[in-house]
Amino acid sequence: MSDDHGSSVISAQVRHVESLLESRGLLDAGEIDTRIDEFLAGGSPANGARIVARAWADPGFAERLLADANSAIREVGLSMAGGLQEQRLKVVANTEAEHNVVVCTLCSCYPIALLGPSPGWYKSEAYRSRVVRDPRGVLAEFGLELPVGTSVAVWDASAESRYMVLPRRPVGTEGLAEDELAALVTRKGLIGTAVV
Amino acid sequence: MSTDRFAPGVRVRTRATDPAGHTRLPRYARGAVGVLVEQAGRHPLADDRARGVPADPQPVWHVRFAAADLFGTGDHTVTVELWQDYLTPIEEAL
Repeated sequence: MSDDHGSSVISAQVRHVESLLESRGLLDAGEIDTRIDEFLAGGSPANGARIVARAWADPGFAERLLADANSAIREVGLSMAGGLQEQRLKVVANTEAEHNVVVCTLCSCYPIALLGPSPGWYKSEAYRSRVVRDPRGVLAEFGLELPVGTSVAVWDASAESRYMVLPRRPVGTEGLAEDELAALVTRKGLIGTAVV
Repeated sequence: MSTDRFAPGVRVRTRATDPAGHTRLPRYARGAVGVLVEQAGRHPLADDRARGVPADPQPVWHVRFAAADLFGTGDHTVTVELWQDYLTPIEEAL
């Protein structure tokens, strides 16, 4: 697992390259921060909530979402193409038999273009190192006690795909409209450290 | 090695060595046996890209491991996304 990047050699090198580019007029001061802000502006857990609500309301959409998430999310006007290149999105569905939880053990890979910045705990060494070994223990610390009969599937975002969990639809929500359903979905629910 | 030895359902063993440079094969999943779930596109090997070495795109796989095979304990599964170079198919006994 990688160490804290804040004071690493690579971040010093990046700062040096940044200042060289600025001194040669190739980059305006603060331009990178502006670009990062633009990148993040479209990302919010509300996007994931909209996707989940549509999947709950429309079984056909849910099927397409699980088969090819990148195509399916365009139906609700969303995309994984917010960065330099489109990242593959894999949506994994919770069922009575299996609960999914997402982690990046190597660093902190997360569908930022879609969901916005990841929560602090997602990037913590404690979460990254422990959830692959003892997911039930970690989920219990989040207040989530899974039934004994529910197996746990951990997804390590170790390469190019990004993951999102499709939570189970809560009972008693049959009459709700899509926007009301979306309001029930939390960021933790999209990562798998909570149910909805 | 023929690429059609790699397909969903095939059991694979991951590389066991600890390389000197960057790799995306997590330490906990080295030298372990898992099952290919699906291919997740093709990408240049991250190890080569990190070293600035030219690399052709190669298949990347979702590989599912039983926690007990990785950690000696646990009833869950862990699915890791791994470049094909990290994997060797295990021939099933007939």
